[in-house]
Amino acid sequence: MVNSATIQEQKVWDVLANITDPEIPVLSILDLGIVRKVNIYNNSITVTITPTYSGCPAMDVIGSSIKMELLALGFIKVEVASVLSPAWTTDWMSKAGKEKLKAYGIAPPSNKPQVCSLELFAPNEAIQCPQCNSYHTHRISEFGSTACKALYKCDACKEVFDYFKCY
Amino acid sequence: MTDQIKYLLCLADNALILGHRNSEWCGHGPVLEQDIALTNISLDLIGQARNFYQYAASLSGADHNEDTLAYHRDSHEFLNTLLVEQPNGDWGVTILRQFLVSNYQYYLYQQLQHNSDVTLAAIAAKAIKEVTYHLRWSSEWVIRLGDGTTESNQRMQQALHLLWPFTYELLQPADYETGYIDVTKIKQLWQDKTNEILAEATLSIPNNSQPFIGGKTGAHSEHLTAILNEMQSLPRAYPNTIW
Repeated sequence: MVNSATIQEQKVWDVLANITDPEIPVLSILDLGIVRKVNIYNNSITVTITPTYSGCPAMDVIGSSIKMELLALGFIKVEVASVLSPAWTTDWMSKAGKEKLKAYGIAPPSNKPQVCSLELFAPNEAIQCPQCNSYHTHRISEFGSTACKALYKCDACKEVFDYFKCY
Repeated sequence: MTDQIKYLLCLADNALILGHRNSEWCGHGPVLEQDIALTNISLDLIGQARNFYQYAASLSGADHNEDTLAYHRDSHEFLNTLLVEQPNGDWGVTILRQFLVSNYQYYLYQQLQHNSDVTLAAIAAKAIKEVTYHLRWSSEWVIRLGDGTTESNQRMQQALHLLWPFTYELLQPADYETGYIDVTKIKQLWQDKTNEILAEATLSIPNNSQPFIGGKTGAHSEHLTAILNEMQSLPRAYPNTIW
């Protein structure tokens, strides 16, 4: 038997699955792995999210989107809470999200769970070109168009591309 | 003001003022990729500052929020080190300062992420992921420029003479800091790393330099006033405006 609360919560998750990152519009906030918790109490709801990077300017926009969409769904009080711990990691990005990123032209974060090491002038990670799938790529810059990305160039097809770096 | 709030403001002010200084390079970097790198670092630092300010505001009890703390305090109320408020100088000075500060923040946040204050620990645990990138990037650039051409080496050596007197303050705890961190341990780690990178960059650490201190207790150089005049002008001209 499905009770009404469950149906409502499923509706909430459906709505959240359609809210996207304004800077990477192919990724939903669920793909990104930033929604940590949903608490429903009668007509009130609290959605707990965790920021990607400390300074990510998309977070404020995402918070407002969540509020607007859930008010539209019929909630009277919507709260978006932010939690820092445990710190977000690219390991929380969904498999579907990684595929969407690649199709969009951004190399997804490496599958191996890793953190940035302090090793200097290290050989580049083997990052696959999202255009031609070659691994003959090299890093142009540690930092790219947003805080979460690095800039790479493919030596095979010569295309420059963003890489969603490990965090 | 409690020591806890003072310490949070010191952490926040260091991050905000350095972030603001770095942001002055936006559109002026020597090459586009490194211009973008430095503005990305600014964004991380300003984000870390926001986290510290939000926490400080939640504890202060008074009518404070992150914006009042950043925009409505005067220079004598800021608790950042003198190092971060110094003018950017050339690219070499900016890079070297970023290395000296990132190196400090790296070991500082390593300790703070285990602090018994869970909110402070969470902010530090998050920041360390970002600071690791900053430290790697700035270390590589210090080496590349120091061990580069004759001119780049000279400029880096000049930058080191200029900035070295300000490093004492990073490692000299204010009264409100001592309860939070083991400064002796951070100092040792910072010195070892600094010596290693500067040696690889073929740069010599100046001796007999006179320490410049005071920022952490609110005694600032005239440069901070100039930063605040610019940074705070809009919120002060139009208080409570939201955009």
